Amino acid sequence: MSSKIKRNVLKSMIIGVLAYMGALGVPQPAQAEYADIVINNYADAAGMRPAVFPHWFHRIRFRCKVCHTDLGFAFKAGGNKITMAKIIDGKFCGACHNGEISWSVENCAMCHSGIPGQPTHFHGSTVQRLIAPAYKPLQTKDTTK
Amino acid sequence: MNKKTKAISFSSAVLMAAFLWNAQSHAAEMGDNQAPLMVADISAANTFNLNLKKPKSRNLPPAEDGIHDPENEATHSLQHPLDAYKGLPPSDNGNYVDWVKAIDEGKLRPRWDRFDPNAEPFVMDLDIVRPVKASVPDVVFPHRQHTEWLYCSNCHPAIFVPQRLANQISMSAILLGQKCGVCHGKVSFPVETKTCRKCHSKPKPADWEPPLSEATLKNPWK
Ligand code: HEC
Ligand code: HEC
Ligand code: HEC
Ligand code: HEC
Ligand code: HEC
Ligand code: HEC
Repeated sequence: MSSKIKRNVLKSMIIGVLAYMGALGVPQPAQAEYADIVINNYADAAGMRPAVFPHWFHRIRFRCKVCHTDLGFAFKAGGNKITMAKIIDGKFCGACHNGEISWSVENCAMCHSGIPGQPTHFHGSTVQRLIAPAYKPLQTKDTTK
Repeated sequence: MNKKTKAISFSSAVLMAAFLWNAQSHAAEMGDNQAPLMVADISAANTFNLNLKKPKSRNLPPAEDGIHDPENEATHSLQHPLDAYKGLPPSDNGNYVDWVKAIDEGKLRPRWDRFDPNAEPFVMDLDIVRPVKASVPDVVFPHRQHTEWLYCSNCHPAIFVPQRLANQISMSAILLGQKCGVCHGKVSFPVETKTCRKCHSKPKPADWEPPLSEATLKNPWK
């Protein structure tokens, strides 16, 4: 009996160690800064890492109006269909990343720094944190929309 | 993780494994001479906090944040958010920076024009109160804080018709990323328990009672 218990204890310990190591090895979900955007409409397909746009970094330097009014960025991740051709024409990121307001476009890897294979997404959005889709109220007679 | 919590989680892992193992071999023993007890497979289904997701750390440097590729050398040249936030007023949500206070206190002066560092924003101080049918405080939409950052055309008319109470807004629309949720929950402060009162900021009158639902009013058994 006692040898059986010993064996059991040994087995349990081995499993415990394995379970503990397993828990450490589980890939952790992304913990990027709130409002970071990964833009990957085309980059992967062209063999570049996805572009990462940090809102926090830019809003320290510019108000939202600069990009979302003056430069015409629509409020939609991936919705502006940014390409390098537009950037070197001085549109979108190219309005600043031109060697005058900010470092210039040959610093490919500063922007193309995302882990390959990630879809275009907005990091940390409330929608992503919802466990189930938000509650939709019953349809009322209101047809203003 | 410090040494102590490591030790605790280690020993609890061992204990849990021991428990599962014993329960299993016990069930096997019983199976030899009588009908096996049904041992429900509860180990995975009934964990405490099944759906609670808690970020363990915040404001990580780009190389460790899970979206930047650490194998890209330039990733290591990117700024650590905490270096940028030094001296800015803290908050308990989003970037953990109170961006409104940062501007109000003059700690931050982001450009309003990308070329002209002296251009001033066109600030309009107009509060719009939106009464809420539910028991939560009424919503006050402040134009001032918004026009510090945004221009009128960022909201009018695409997101909101510029007329008091002309827009139908609800929490579910906001949580789906419409109306206030176009920005809140994405770039400006998120929608979570800690932030409800930032929007729901006008207390209800003391004698306010939530309206009774029709089902209650018509309830024949009341
Ligand atoms: C200021 C930031 C920035 C810099 C610098 C930059 N890119 Fe891009 N690039 C982007 C963004 C944003 C996209 C759009 C990503 C998408 O939707 O997939 C993009 C898209 C691309 C694409 C796919 C779309 C297309 O135009 O064909 C390629 C290829 C590319 N970049 C290559 C480069 C190379 C090579 C360099 C360096 C010479 C470079 N980029 C520098 C921001 C940048
Ligand atoms: C330096 C330029 C820049 C500044 C400043 C800036 N943004 Fe953005 N914003 C972007 C870019 C780039 C995108 C992504 C567009 C794309 O992927 O096509 C974006 C996307 C967004 C989105 C879209 C989210 C979605 O639903 O996908 C919102 C909302 C937004 N920004 C709000 C803001 C707010 C609020 C501010 C000010 C606090 C701000 N932005 C400041 C460049 C900027
Ligand atoms: C309104 C001007 C403006 C626009 C538009 C803009 N940037 Fe920037 N960006 C800047 C400035 C200024 C810096 C800081 C430059 C420096 O540190 O010398 C910067 C820095 C960066 C950095 C480096 C951040 C770090 O940690 O050092 C990245 C990455 C970046 N931009 C990506 C982008 C991408 C991608 C776009 C387009 C989607 C974009 N930017 C559009 C002005 C702009
Ligand atoms: C962040 C989004 C946002 C911005 C930016 C914004 N507004 Fe508004 N505005 C609103 C909302 C929300 C309402 C209330 C609508 C409602 O109650 O249905 C409103 C209402 C109004 C009204 C109606 C007031 C009334 O008493 O009927 C006017 C006028 C107005 N805005 C003008 C402006 C002007 C001028 C600017 C630029 C200086 C501006 N807004 C910027 C969101 C915005
Ligand atoms: C176009 C983007 C946008 C929309 C739409 C928007 N907001 Fe905001 N809001 C901001 C930004 C940017 C700030 C600045 C603070 C921040 O970024 O967290 C802000 C700040 C606020 C603040 C001030 C918080 C403080 O600390 O003083 C309140 C309250 C607020 N928003 C309520 C609302 C409500 C209610 C609506 C919908 C009727 C709304 N917002 C729609 C962008 C937006
Ligand atoms: C960005 C601002 C904002 C935040 C943050 C916010 N609300 Fe709201 N809430 C609103 C607006 C705007 C309405 C619509 C008011 C109206 O009817 O005009 C609303 C309506 C409501 C209603 C009434 C039912 C409905 O859907 O119209 C409830 C209940 C409510 N909110 C609860 C909450 C709770 C709980 C939180 C915190 C998790 C919260 N709100 C956070 C802006 C906000």
